[in-house]
Amino acid sequence: MEYRLSRNLTTLLRRIADALRDIAPIIIVIAFFQTVVIRQPFPNLAGVALGLVCVIAGLAIFVQGLKLGLFPLGEAIAQAFVSKGSAVALLAFAFCLGFGTTVAEPSLIAVGNEAAEVAAEAGAIANDADARSAYAFQLRMVVALSVGTAIVLGVLRILRGWPLHRLIIGGYVLVTVMTLFAPDEIIGVAYDSGGVTTSTITVPLVTALGVGLASSLKGRNPMLDGFGLIAFASLTPMIFVLAYGMVG
Amino acid sequence: MEFAAMLARTAFATTFDVAPIVAVLFVFQIAVLRRRVPNLRRIMRGFVYVLLGLTLFLVGLEEALFPIGETMVRQLTAGALAAPDAAGVRWDDYLMVYAFAAAIGFAATVAEPSLIAVALKAEDVSGGAIGAQGLRVAVAVGVATGVALGCFRIVTGTPLPWYIVAAYAVVIMQTFCASRTIIPLAYDSGGVTTSSVTVPVLAALGLGLAASVPGRSPLIDGFGLIAFASVFPIITVLGYSTAVSAIARVRSARTGR
Repeated sequence: MEYRLSRNLTTLLRRIADALRDIAPIIIVIAFFQTVVIRQPFPNLAGVALGLVCVIAGLAIFVQGLKLGLFPLGEAIAQAFVSKGSAVALLAFAFCLGFGTTVAEPSLIAVGNEAAEVAAEAGAIANDADARSAYAFQLRMVVALSVGTAIVLGVLRILRGWPLHRLIIGGYVLVTVMTLFAPDEIIGVAYDSGGVTTSTITVPLVTALGVGLASSLKGRNPMLDGFGLIAFASLTPMIFVLAYGMVG
Repeated sequence: MEFAAMLARTAFATTFDVAPIVAVLFVFQIAVLRRRVPNLRRIMRGFVYVLLGLTLFLVGLEEALFPIGETMVRQLTAGALAAPDAAGVRWDDYLMVYAFAAAIGFAATVAEPSLIAVALKAEDVSGGAIGAQGLRVAVAVGVATGVALGCFRIVTGTPLPWYIVAAYAVVIMQTFCASRTIIPLAYDSGGVTTSSVTVPVLAALGLGLAASVPGRSPLIDGFGLIAFASVFPIITVLGYSTAVSAIARVRSARTGR
């Protein structure tokens, strides 16, 4: 009991030390620019200090939770699907995971609303609240659909052992060609939508799923085949949103 | 009191974000897999830790860093405007903004929880051949470069696709030179950089800069920084791996002699 307690304490201290090291650059950058470049005192120093304590404690607890919860969960699911042996069930799960985690993503909702304003400004849609919210909603659905497709494609790639770089480079070429034909106001939104889809809880889970699949399947290498799901999830939204801009 | 309210609100929002994931997992567990999950209690505890940790982290950012960050962006971009030039916007009026963008891009990426997750996994899977710290620094350098260049683009008003497509061309060339094992990880690292810390910081930076530079519209020119932050890490991670293996080759050639 005493041994376990002291071991937990060491783990906790190590996580806090790691979190301190991870946060240190932000503190240094902000302190430097605030005092040397802008030459202003810190506003509300007590609030900032309290916030920093929260950030460090939060990061330490998050990383511990990652190791205890999200990583083992992703791997357990991967193994369960492999031993079940149904590719259709796995692909259905992949789609639901991608679609479900993206559709409610707050940063996507924010980008969707901004994009609707851009489109209204450019005259692509009517400039009233109804048209804007319809546009924002459609955009969100398009992106969620694209991430669902991305995870399906990524899982299919792991099952089949297709080389990742051919698919991704093919995607880049497609994005480049579509950029030539897409309306100007959608391009910035489309390019950014690839980045906003991957949230802090989805990434560890999806990564563990990919690595878990690649390690439980015969003939797959976790390093070569396990990674890459996130890459698909950042590429397909660009393609789908560009297509949406060309059709809509 | 205000702090407690914010904590409760963020906890609620985080739980709401996770709800679809839990629902999908639950449905497939009941309907398809029907198998006991090993160490369920421990996994549940981990899930609670993740929620709690993320909530504290986000509240802390909201409380401590984002307000200062926004004020700084305003002051830096306004400072550059002190001497408006009759000839129009000069890109080198904004040197301090580029420096700040690179520094904050680097720092935000090092603190990004989802990058920590992928780096830990990569170190684990590669048996330590890929160090978590080295990978994270390589990604952070990529974000720093990308964001600084993205700010340059906003100031000069040059078209976004030129930069992104050129970056793709570099990635494609590097892909053919890099070792096969690093490629999937490098491609992934582009997507993980942009999560809870980086996206709000970059959005504020892009919109603030586009609003303050004369002739730029935040709606049209404010977008694009996230795209820069997603492509450039691929270049630096591929470059980092090529450099590491080149150094290893030189070393082994020396000791071999």
